Amino acid sequence: MILKILIFGLAKDLIGSNNFEITVKDFITVKEFKDILKLKYPKLKKISSFMIAVNTKYAKDSQKINQKDEIAIIPPTNGG
Amino acid sequence: MEANQMIDVKLSKKSIGLKDFSAWDKFEGEGCVNIFIGKVKPKNKDRNVIYLDFEVYESMALSKMKEIAKNAKKKFEIDKILMIHRIGKVSTGEIPVIIAVSAARRRPAIQACQYLIDTLKAVVPIWKKEVYDNGEEWVSAHP
Repeated sequence: MILKILIFGLAKDLIGSNNFEITVKDFITVKEFKDILKLKYPKLKKISSFMIAVNTKYAKDSQKINQKDEIAIIPPTNGG
Repeated sequence: MEANQMIDVKLSKKSIGLKDFSAWDKFEGEGCVNIFIGKVKPKNKDRNVIYLDFEVYESMALSKMKEIAKNAKKKFEIDKILMIHRIGKVSTGEIPVIIAVSAARRRPAIQACQYLIDTLKAVVPIWKKEVYDNGEEWVSAHP
């Protein structure tokens, strides 16, 4: 399946775009997706940690991702 | 803000200030309003800040702001909550965030306000880039 990914903050600068598409196997978990990201974009290792949001909610590693889900890479936040 | 709407969260591309919660004057029966107002610092670590650039994942940010406001209402004996955060460029001296909490008593209003700003920084998907006279940097988003 093809996933559309949104990227923000420092992660956006490291990847060089605010969105991209990636082809992955069906029913991939968030943990598997994060591992793929780190392989494809080794620069992400410069961030101490990042979360994945699925449909605007922080996702646990075990959560399954579906093709129509809105996926976002969330580096450490710092509003205010 | 409607009389029965106890939580009001907003993202704004325009400047924000005290005018944004003047509607609270119409409410009766509250003992106090505690307000936190952020300001853009002119200096950070000896670097001259020109402006901050806030990037916001808008749909998720609004949803998380509502969520933490609802949590605050459960944790503290408070009445109403207003949270407003800027999007985009905010110059030195301007206000990037306002949080206001009304309550019958001051202590829960103050505690709730602190909880809201601390939690906003930790979980609401907003990122702050500091732009200096000699470069720029994402704040606290470093290894």
